[in-house]
Amino acid sequence: MSGATRHRAAWIAAGLAALALFPLVGGKFGVDFVTKMMVFAIFALSLELLAGQVGLVCFGQAAFFGIAAYAAVRFTPQAAPASVWWLAPASVGAAGLYALFMGSLSIRTRGVYFIMVTLAFSQMAYYAAHDTPLGGGTDGIYLTLVPTFTLAGLEIADLSKARPFYYFALAVLVLTFGALALLLRSRFGRALAGIRVNEQRMRAAGFSTYPYKLAAFVISGMVAGMAGFLFAVKDGFVNPELMSWHVSGTVLMMVILGGLGSLHGAVLGAFAFSLLQELFKSEAVFGDFAKHWHLGVGATIIVAVALLPRGLAGIRFRSTAHAETQMNADESERR
Amino acid sequence: MDVATFLVQCLNALQYGLLLFLVASGLTLIFGIMGVINLAHGSFYMIGAYMAYAFAPAFAAHAGWGFFAALGLGLVLAVILGYALEWAFFSFLYERDHLQQVLMTYGLILVFEELRSIFAGDDVHGVAAPGWLAGSVPLGDLMSYPVYRLFMSAVCLAIALAMYLVISRTRLGMMIRAGASNREMVQSLGIDVKLLYRGMFAAGVALAVLAGMLAAPVTSVYPGMGNPVLIICFVVVVIGGIGSVKGALAAALLVGVVDTFGKVLFPQAAGVLVYVLMALVLLWKPDGLFRAA
Repeated sequence: MSGATRHRAAWIAAGLAALALFPLVGGKFGVDFVTKMMVFAIFALSLELLAGQVGLVCFGQAAFFGIAAYAAVRFTPQAAPASVWWLAPASVGAAGLYALFMGSLSIRTRGVYFIMVTLAFSQMAYYAAHDTPLGGGTDGIYLTLVPTFTLAGLEIADLSKARPFYYFALAVLVLTFGALALLLRSRFGRALAGIRVNEQRMRAAGFSTYPYKLAAFVISGMVAGMAGFLFAVKDGFVNPELMSWHVSGTVLMMVILGGLGSLHGAVLGAFAFSLLQELFKSEAVFGDFAKHWHLGVGATIIVAVALLPRGLAGIRFRSTAHAETQMNADESERR
Repeated sequence: MDVATFLVQCLNALQYGLLLFLVASGLTLIFGIMGVINLAHGSFYMIGAYMAYAFAPAFAAHAGWGFFAALGLGLVLAVILGYALEWAFFSFLYERDHLQQVLMTYGLILVFEELRSIFAGDDVHGVAAPGWLAGSVPLGDLMSYPVYRLFMSAVCLAIALAMYLVISRTRLGMMIRAGASNREMVQSLGIDVKLLYRGMFAAGVALAVLAGMLAAPVTSVYPGMGNPVLIICFVVVVIGGIGSVKGALAAALLVGVVDTFGKVLFPQAAGVLVYVLMALVLLWKPDGLFRAA
C-alpha cells in the first residue's frame, strides 16, 4: 500500500466514522440535511462513473433520478405500503431501462454532441412527466405509504423516521461506493479507463468499446435511480422538476467541483456543494444578505475553479515527492 | 389553418428563429473557435433585456433616435463587458479542461442572476416598443401583425447578412474561419490569437445583448429569462454543427419553425418537439448539419 493510498483510506475511514456518529449530535434539521447530502453523493457517484471514469459527460442524469423517483411513487400499491425489497429494484430497474434506451442511441455521438443528446433525452422524460397524466402534471404526486424494510417478518428500520432513514441512506452510500470501487478495479473497470484515455487504441487492441460504454451508462443510470428512489421515499413527494436540466446541471457541478477521476471526489463535491448552498443561505451568518445566496455560491465556485484546477479531490495536504510524481503520472496518463 | 393564420405563424417562426440566431451565432463562434463552453451566454441575453428596461424612457420614445441611441449604448457597454470578462475570467481557462470552463461559467450565471436581483429586483417588467414601431400591419380581414416584430426580423436579417459578409469576404473573417478549423495553425502563422479571442468574445456578448434588447418589448423582462434561451441556443448550436455560423442560421430557423408550429398543431407535445428534432438530427448526422471543416 503506497503512502497516498494509505492517506486516502484514513480520510475515508474518518469521514465514514463522522457520518455514522453524526445523528447522535445533529438535531432534526442536521440529520435531514446530511441525509439529503448523502442522497446527492450517491447521485454524484453515478455521474462520476460515466464522466470521470469513461469520459462520457452526461447532461441528462436527472432523467434516471426522476424516473426512479416517479416509479417508487407509481409502483406503490394504493392499499398497503410496498416492501423496499421489491420497490427499490423495480424503481432502479425502471431507471435502468430508460438508461438502456437512452444510452444505446446517445453513445454513438461524442464530446459536446453527447452532452447535448443526453440533455435531449432527459428533456423528453421531463416533458413526459410534465405534460401527461402519468406524471401528475406540474403539481407532482405524493407518496403517502412509506415502504417497509423488513427481514423475515422483523422490521429492520422504520423508513418514515428521520434517523433510521439516515442510516439506510448511509448504508446505500457505502455499498454503492464499495461496489463502484470494486467495479473499477475489475477488468471491466480497466477497460473503461482505457476507453477514456484512448478509445482508438482500445479498439485496435480488440475491444469492442460500444458494449462497455453502454454497460457503464446503464449502471450509472441505475445508481442515479437508487438516489432518486431514496429521494422520493425521503420527501414523500415527486414533481417534474426532479428531471429538469437544472438537476442534471447541479450534479454535474458537484462532480466537477469535487474533481473528476476519483470516487471520493464525487462524494466530496456533493457534500461541499450542498454545504456551500446552506452556508450562504444561512441568515445567522449573512443576515439580510442570505437571500442573495447565489452570489456567494457563484463567487466561491469561480474562486474554486481559479485555484483548484484538479477539484477538491486534488488538494494535497502534504506535497511529498511521492505525491508529486504520482500527480505527474496521472497527468500524462490523462493526456 | 387558413392562409392568414399560416402566414402569421410563418412570420412568428421566422422572428423567433432569427432571434435565436443572434444569440446562437455568438455561442457557436466562442465555442468553435475559442473552445469555451460558455454557459453564461444566456445571462448576456438577460443583461441585454434589462438594459432595454433600464433605458426604457429613451427606448420607447416616439422620436426614432432615442431607440437607436439606446441600442448603441447597450452595444458599447456589451463590448466593454465582454472584453473585461474575457480578460478576467476566460483568458486563463483556455489550457484547462472543458469541464472547468463549464463550472466557471455556471458560477458566472449565479453571480449575474443575483446581481440582477440586487440591482433590478425580482419583478416582471414590460418594456414598451418604440412609439414609431408600435402599430400593426393588417393581414387578410381579421389578422394583423405587429410592426415591431417585423422590424426585429429585419434587424436580425441585416445582422446575419453582415456577419456572412464579414466572415466570408474579409481578412478578419478568414482568420475566424481558420481559427474554427485549426487553432494551433492560425497561431503559428503569426496571428495574434489572444486579441482575436478577446474580440470574438466581445462580439459574441454584443450579439447576445442586442438580442436581449430587441426581444425585451416582445417577451417582457423577468428573472431567469436567460436560462431557457441558453438551452435552446445550445440545441441550435449542436444541430447546426459547432463553429458553423451558416449551420447556426439554418438550425435556428429550423428550431423556430418546429417550435412555433408545434405549439399550434401539437400543443400537448410542444416542449419536447425541439429535443426530438435534435435527437433525430444527431442520430442521423452525429456532427450536426454543417460541421465546420
